Amino acid sequence: MSDFVSDFWNLYVIVIVLVSILACAVLLVVQGKATFTPGKTMGHVWDETLEEYNNPMPKWWSWLFVITVVFALVYLALYPGLGNFKGMLGWTSAGQHKAEVEKMDAAVKPLFDKYLAMDVQAVAADKQAMEMGKRLYLTYCMQCHGADARGAKGFPNLTDSDWLYGGAPEQIKETITNGRMGVMPPHAQLGADTVKDLANHVRSLSGLPHDSVRAARGATAFTEAGCVGCHGMDAKGNQAVGAPNLTDKIWLYGSSEATITETINNGRQNKMPAWKDFLGEAKVHLLTAYVFSLSQGK
Amino acid sequence: MSGTQTTYNDKVVRQFAVMTVIWGIVGMLVGVIIAAQLVWPELNIGPWLHFGRLRPLHTNAVIFAFGGCALFATSYWVVQRTCHTRLWGGPLIPFTFWGWQLIIVLAAVTLPLGITSGKEYAELEWPIDILITLVWVSYAVVFFGTIAVRKVSHIYVANWFFGAFIIAVALLHLGNSAALPVSFTKSYSAYAGVQDAMIQWWYGHNAVGFFLTAGFLGMMYYFVPKQAGRPVYSYRLSVVHFWALIFTYMWAGPHHLHYTALPDWTQSVGMLFSLILLAPSWGGMINGIMTLSGAWHKLRDDPILKFLITSLSFYGMSTFEGPMMSIKTVNALSHYTDWTVGHVHSGALGWVAMVSIGSIYYLLPRLFGKKEMYSTALVTTHFWIATIGTVLYIASMWIAGVMQGLMWRAVNADGTLAYSFVESVKGSYPFWAIRWLGGVLFLLGMLIMAYNMFKTIAGGKTEDVPVIEPAGHHA
Repeated sequence: MSDFVSDFWNLYVIVIVLVSILACAVLLVVQGKATFTPGKTMGHVWDETLEEYNNPMPKWWSWLFVITVVFALVYLALYPGLGNFKGMLGWTSAGQHKAEVEKMDAAVKPLFDKYLAMDVQAVAADKQAMEMGKRLYLTYCMQCHGADARGAKGFPNLTDSDWLYGGAPEQIKETITNGRMGVMPPHAQLGADTVKDLANHVRSLSGLPHDSVRAARGATAFTEAGCVGCHGMDAKGNQAVGAPNLTDKIWLYGSSEATITETINNGRQNKMPAWKDFLGEAKVHLLTAYVFSLSQGK
Repeated sequence: MSGTQTTYNDKVVRQFAVMTVIWGIVGMLVGVIIAAQLVWPELNIGPWLHFGRLRPLHTNAVIFAFGGCALFATSYWVVQRTCHTRLWGGPLIPFTFWGWQLIIVLAAVTLPLGITSGKEYAELEWPIDILITLVWVSYAVVFFGTIAVRKVSHIYVANWFFGAFIIAVALLHLGNSAALPVSFTKSYSAYAGVQDAMIQWWYGHNAVGFFLTAGFLGMMYYFVPKQAGRPVYSYRLSVVHFWALIFTYMWAGPHHLHYTALPDWTQSVGMLFSLILLAPSWGGMINGIMTLSGAWHKLRDDPILKFLITSLSFYGMSTFEGPMMSIKTVNALSHYTDWTVGHVHSGALGWVAMVSIGSIYYLLPRLFGKKEMYSTALVTTHFWIATIGTVLYIASMWIAGVMQGLMWRAVNADGTLAYSFVESVKGSYPFWAIRWLGGVLFLLGMLIMAYNMFKTIAGGKTEDVPVIEPAGHHA
């Protein structure tokens, strides 16, 4: 695709670039032909003492100038620069990037393919594979889940035994491959009083200090307001929709009454991006094994 | 000769010369603070004193306040002396001084408040941009008005450079600052996307080329031959390197946008003209340093000459480094690293600041009726402290920059990155500490200069000096 809206601008660029480079050379040659009287001044005096010698330009300097001009002309014959002319080498920055990526991909492919052929548990037990997995993790995952994989507010801890979408190899792989959209709808419409009841009920589920009268009312509201639809009758959550277990001590956004109230009132939107296209199957497989390994033995 | 002799207007030169030292201290102090913030992040206090707001304050203060005042002072001195006439322009002359100071104060208030157009080296918002335009046009009227009423037919080479600097900066400022205001303190650029980036770096690199190079070459062409007491080495060299320099600089901006959305052809053209720029840049260095040939011994005892000649050496070094860094393959390593910061400061501290300091030391005694500075020994001390500070600064940034570039591109056998970004930050700490120390030394030198300046001014008298008749007019 041309960079120009019309052929005029193509010609405009070609002409102005070439004329400009040649103008530098002409300036040098014409001025170099002046009559020089080395060691003698030009005959003008300013401010009592300011004078100028009529010395020639240093030869090495003139040659330096010529070399850069010649280099520029040769470069323009070989590389893009003169409007739409692509240069004799056919080089493009996008092409250079593509070639470098393909070269690296081809070089590392056998390494990753070896592990792709193994099942996730076996890869997770392989020392070299886990070193590679850790490097992939530190490049692509640590920005959200942290260098130690313990997560942060809104970003799940990957080292514990609690899973929003399941911790089996195939579930982890699905999460990395296609990503996840976690949505808790807002419930402010229930009214501040009911939300406060619900928050106390939720805190009671995991044994946190709470107002027992409000918690009892909240238990009723939990069913009537439809919380059970996602979190279940037993409030232990549902991995099919990513609804968290409310009875354990693990909290994605926080367990204070204020935070829970905020969660119920405004809902939550969360997203794990899909890595299928960016990383490819083999790297996703290795990362799956690495993430799987993090919670083993816990 | 008539009884009432015409005198030079040195009042405005005096004002700008003193403010050069004051703003130099302020700008470099902010530089030292932001350098410290990189080493000790807890020094980022509140939004107003955060690195992101102080950094543009630093660049604006050193370039436009310190560098700008130095250029006003020297160009006003030089154009009067070499045109053998009093500065022309009446009330426009004090307006350029007070207007420029107002702009600096407005910058110092608005930038920490977060009022910015977001364009590097052109952060000031549109009302201040309009004030800059008014002051700059007045400056041009005063400067070219003085040239027009000159008493000698030939225009001295220093004035070519000052003139080119004034015209080009006007053009750049108007082109790049074009914006649509949405409120008194906010505007949006008239350009979008990659065109905006290209206009920005057309401006940005020519701010270097004209504000920080052509203007200071004008300074060099007066103060080096004056202080050395020798003629300029080659008139013809000054002709060729002047025209080649001002013509070629205009093209070099795209080298700031290598390997970006800027079309490949534009990147190539930017790189090639940056390379062609090497010889024209070196022309100025050769003409300055060779002016001293046959009088090298003067360097031994004269600290002002030390400043001037060292500045030319740093100028030669950074104008060699610049074209090399514009080569795409080199740029692929150097871009976004501290190497760029080191390169800028070899020009800013080594060249721009040193040539300004040397020139101001030349001017101060003459402006305040003294034969020399209060203490020549302190000028020598300043020179060595400034040189050591500059070397510490640029050497640490070179090492840090190359290290960062190599760490970012290093990959393991499996194609993963060998280092996370934060590891390169961690590796940079010792060099950031050395850079801070270099900045502290440079600032210390400026404080010594201020002490020396006030001691020189104290007890000095400011007499009007009669305009000297042109040489040919002497009886």
